[in-house]
Amino acid sequence: MPTLAHYLIVSGLLFSIGLAGVLLRRNILIIFMGLELMLNAANLSLVAFSRFNLLADGMPNYNGQVFVFFIITVAAAEVAVGLAIIVALFRAKQTTHVEDLNTLKF
Amino acid sequence: MQLVLFWIFSLLMLLFAAGVVLLRNPVSSAMSLVLAFVALAAVFVTLDAYFIAVVQVLVYAGAVMVLFLFIIMLLDLREEKSRRVRLSAWVGGGLVIGGFVSALVQVVSSLPGADAVKPVVSDPEANDVALVGFALFRDFNFPFQIVGVLLLVATVGVVLLSRKELK
Repeated sequence: MPTLAHYLIVSGLLFSIGLAGVLLRRNILIIFMGLELMLNAANLSLVAFSRFNLLADGMPNYNGQVFVFFIITVAAAEVAVGLAIIVALFRAKQTTHVEDLNTLKF
Repeated sequence: MQLVLFWIFSLLMLLFAAGVVLLRNPVSSAMSLVLAFVALAAVFVTLDAYFIAVVQVLVYAGAVMVLFLFIIMLLDLREEKSRRVRLSAWVGGGLVIGGFVSALVQVVSSLPGADAVKPVVSDPEANDVALVGFALFRDFNFPFQIVGVLLLVATVGVVLLSRKELK
C-alpha cells in the first residue's frame, strides 16, 4: 500500500519539474505550463492529506478536496486571463520569448 | 496491487511532466501536459477522490489545454532553438536539484505519520460526489459564490484584454 510519504515525494518531484520548466524555458507559454504543473503538485498533496487524515466518523476530510476544487476553478480563470495577456503582449511585441520582453528591466 | 498502480501512474505523470520541460516543440509540450494531467487524475483515483479526478480531466485536460492549444495555433509558434549551456550552469543546476530533492526526502520522512498506510474508510460504498457536494454547499457556500463572481470578473477581464484597441 502506498504511504503518505510516497504521495508527498511524488508531489514534490512534480513541483520541482514545474519549477525547472519555469526557470529553464524561454517561451512564455511553456513557462505558463510549468506554473500549471506546480499548481497540480499542490493539489496532489492536498488530496493525499485529505485521504490520509480521516475524520472522527471514519470518512476522508472533504475540506481538502473542496480546497482543491476551488484551486482548479481559480486556475481556470487564471489561465484565461494569463493567455489573454500573452496574446495582447504578442500583438504589441510580436514575440513570446522572455528575453525580448525587457521593457521593465531596471 | 494498489502500490503497483500508484507507481505506474505517478511515473507516467512525472515522465510526461518532464516531457513538457524537455520537448522543443510547443505543441508536443502541450500534448505531453495533457497526458500528465490525465495520469494525475488516475493518481487521484488511487486516493479515492473520484470527483476531483473527473474535474481534473474535464477542466484541466479538457478546457485549459484546449485554450493553450488555441493560443499556440493563433501565435504560430516555432520550435525553440537549442541554446548552448555552459558546464557551470549544468553543475549549478544539478546541485540545486539534488539539494532540493534530498531536503524534500528528509523533511517528508521526518514528518509524523508519513509512513502511515492508507487508513480504511468506515463506509467504502459512500457516494464521493454527494459528500464533496455536502461539504461544498453546506460548509463552503459563501466561498463557492465568491468563486462564481471571480469567474465572472475573469470573463469580463478577458473580453476587455482581447479587444482590438487596447488603451
